[in-house]
Amino acid sequence: MRALVIDDSRAIRLILGQILKALKFEVIEAGHGLEALERLKESGPLDLALVDWNMPEMNGFEFVCEVRKDDQYKDMKLMMVTTETEMAQVIKALEAGANEYVMKPFTKDMIVEKLTLMGLELD
Amino acid sequence: MAINPADFDFISKIVREQCAIVLEKGKEYLVDSRLMPLVHQEKLESIENLVRKIKSDPRGSLKDAVIEAMTTNETSFFRDIHPFETLKKEILPELIEKRKTKKELNIWCGASSSGQEPYSLVMLLKNDFPQLNSWKLSFSASDISNQMLNRCKSGIYSQLEINRGLPAPLMVKYFERIGTEWQVKEDLRKMIQFRIINLSEAWPMIPPVDLLMMRNVLIYFDVEMKKNILGRIRKLLRPDGYLFLGAAETTLNLDENFERMPFKQSGCYRLKQG
Repeated sequence: MRALVIDDSRAIRLILGQILKALKFEVIEAGHGLEALERLKESGPLDLALVDWNMPEMNGFEFVCEVRKDDQYKDMKLMMVTTETEMAQVIKALEAGANEYVMKPFTKDMIVEKLTLMGLELD
Repeated sequence: MAINPADFDFISKIVREQCAIVLEKGKEYLVDSRLMPLVHQEKLESIENLVRKIKSDPRGSLKDAVIEAMTTNETSFFRDIHPFETLKKEILPELIEKRKTKKELNIWCGASSSGQEPYSLVMLLKNDFPQLNSWKLSFSASDISNQMLNRCKSGIYSQLEINRGLPAPLMVKYFERIGTEWQVKEDLRKMIQFRIINLSEAWPMIPPVDLLMMRNVLIYFDVEMKKNILGRIRKLLRPDGYLFLGAAETTLNLDENFERMPFKQSGCYRLKQG
């Protein structure tokens, strides 16, 4: 499986990338939404994207909206991984088409449980 | 069964020294519940034996395993997911069909701990089986610890806990944010009757049960008590009711009146038919 990790923090990309690689994902990284859209154009549809909310250039919410406009990505699972913890933000992300939502700080177990909830078959 | 005071002091001391977590008196139940899986994993008989083994090899890895067990919270909503999938796809539709005339369903969660299991189940009922709104639903959730029961009743969870296994759409639907914490909405909390029940002692009057969740609790008892508890479950469970044990638990060699259902990693049992 292939996943995109989108976060402006290199450290967070590294941690999430390690978790996903341990689950046998091929991982692509991007530092903001616009870069992520570029990576997606190169890679084609992926299985999963972990998406931070607050990033420069294009934030995670805008990225989710953009991805959900394009039918070729309809099966791609999108999970917000963010410090935004207001209920209104969770609702906004889900309504825009995010499948899941994790509030930072996170642990490996949390990520794995949420991936399972989205129906991804993990090793 | 319960940890003795000297062993509790010993465990408290190493946990405090290694990770500055203070285990005050009254937290014996927590040490019991966290260390018994390790006791079984190490093929030991009791926490007493575990403590003895650590003392005999203070630099060994067992001490680290104790620290890890004491500091890792394994509880999550929809824990192990498979039993809940089985409930959703197989067991609840069957029970609802069979009880559609009387419109009554009795459920008991026998080891509710901090409440994630009963609340997961009640969310499943409410979200996926709205027809039950007009049914007489009796839902009991019990635990041995008064402290845990009060937590259950409050339905309040930290951000870390809410992140564990709870689908975001259900969080949005059934929780409210209270400051930095999250609380199960009142209508769900009211659906569950929380009570203290010590499984190894006499049980209070419980109506015949259609669905009994007893996951990951038999492991804390010796063989005789496991047999005793399964015997009482047998009498309590309706002939066509279902029992859920932990995926690694079994009735095999304990009570031959149960049969395991062929659902993936669900630990689902019923009484042998016919």
